[in-house]
Amino acid sequence: MKQFTAFIQKEFLEQLRSGKAMILGTVCCMFGIMNPATAKLLPWLLEILSEQLSENGMYITEIQVDALTSWTQFFKNMPVLLTVFIVLFSSILTAEYQKGTLINIVTKGMKRWKILIAKLLTMFVFWSAGYLVTFGITYGYNAYFWDNNIVLNLLFAVFGYYLTGLWLISVVLTASCVLRSSSGVILFTGAAFAVSYFLGLLPAFREYVPTFLFRSNDLLTGVIHSDECLAAIGITFFLTILNGFLSVLFFDKKAI
Amino acid sequence: MDILRISHVTKAFGTKKVLNDLNFSVPEHSVYGFIGQNGAGKTTTMKIVLGLLKRDQGEILVNGENVTFGQNNANQYIGYLPDVPEFYDFMTSLEYLTMCGQITGMLKKEIREKSIELLNLVGLDADHKRIKGFSRGMKQRLGIAQALLNSPKLLICDEPTSALDPMGRKEVLDILSSVKEHTTVVFSTHILSDVERICDRIAFLHEGKIALSGTLEEIRNIRKGDRIELEFLTEQDAKKFSELCAGGKKTGRTKLLFSKKTERDMLEMMKCLLQNQISVVRLERLEPTLEDLFLEVIGK
Repeated sequence: MKQFTAFIQKEFLEQLRSGKAMILGTVCCMFGIMNPATAKLLPWLLEILSEQLSENGMYITEIQVDALTSWTQFFKNMPVLLTVFIVLFSSILTAEYQKGTLINIVTKGMKRWKILIAKLLTMFVFWSAGYLVTFGITYGYNAYFWDNNIVLNLLFAVFGYYLTGLWLISVVLTASCVLRSSSGVILFTGAAFAVSYFLGLLPAFREYVPTFLFRSNDLLTGVIHSDECLAAIGITFFLTILNGFLSVLFFDKKAI
Repeated sequence: MDILRISHVTKAFGTKKVLNDLNFSVPEHSVYGFIGQNGAGKTTTMKIVLGLLKRDQGEILVNGENVTFGQNNANQYIGYLPDVPEFYDFMTSLEYLTMCGQITGMLKKEIREKSIELLNLVGLDADHKRIKGFSRGMKQRLGIAQALLNSPKLLICDEPTSALDPMGRKEVLDILSSVKEHTTVVFSTHILSDVERICDRIAFLHEGKIALSGTLEEIRNIRKGDRIELEFLTEQDAKKFSELCAGGKKTGRTKLLFSKKTERDMLEMMKCLLQNQISVVRLERLEPTLEDLFLEVIGK
């Protein structure tokens, strides 16, 4: 436990002192504010554009803006936040290989699996905190301006997206145990996402892939129901655990 | 007792065999110089001992414990100083040593005391300066401090002076000399003057095997006095003598060097000088240097 605590302290200190925590915090706050702000400013923006649009034969009637508009924006922004997160943390292990900083740690007797779990936990904590900040800010503003209760399955949709984030983080870790460059890790993660996405286009697999949980807007409007997501949640959870085990196996024999 | 015993170790990278039935052992409380050309396999040997690389065959024991690839329990007895030690730049030296101490399982109070003691030993301050601003020499000294933190029985140093300027080299060698009372030091290098300065025993690694090993004295005795150098008054005398006594190698305008000569050969040379009335400035039996032995081992 002492080894683990020491290493995880180092991980958190690194994220703080390297500025990654600040970048992530800023991006999360920005997205948190942008979601309700975009919804609030939408009528004003359309009013400005209405004259130009009417010249093209398009007429804007009354615009209904509510919490759903803001939450729709929230889920549109989430892929960007997830991409920023993956890019920021793609070098969490590869930078250590390139610099050779793990050699001292391993030759001091640190168990390799503890290194991995510390890395995974760090990413989980930062993803959870960042996601919670974005969600909290959006929720607060939405509650102030509108009524969050009009949105269906909100917490379920938010949880589904969060879980898919955890799955992609576990893919980042597995890729980091196999590859030596952060660009390789990003490509590998992108490929895993693409496989899930394209499998999801086939009706037989539609409900059984992690990317099914990205259909949050359908959940909010009741197009799909929460019980339809249960299989995808189970599979995403299983794949996250599996990636954790695979990472430990690969990293145990990795030349560092 | 041997702190390190390497038996029949082989290692190949693809078709290239780097270590070929490597055998040697390091007795406790010695400074062991591990010498070889660049690419001879010194770093590979050390990484295998640390469990960072997988050996193809053979056995390695550190303090009687078998070395395994990946999770190597024998590392509890080892301190390791890489050729270019790398640290977490965002930490201070004290923070880094504290983390290392926690990883090795030392007590909190012990970590603080030992860290400050070692930072003093290597001439670094326990201040708030981050490692990012350290020079290469300072990093090397911090590397020694981290390697000695858990009072290892065996300190493995991989070319610790190769990237340093003369001042930095002197500082590192002085520190390694000062710790040999408590720790066995295995020290790989191709800088032979460093070996002569601090090592008790040496081994020459060539073509994946130990070509020559023993104490400095034993190794020097192998070739002791078998080379004779003559310095003549004039170039003509040197030329004349080289015609009379074959096998001399011209090492200067008036100097000749004869190798593999016995006591009797020397007397014969003196006789030849007298008979031919050739004057000499100096006739000397040369002690072999490590460089001579090294070049002989590698066949140059």
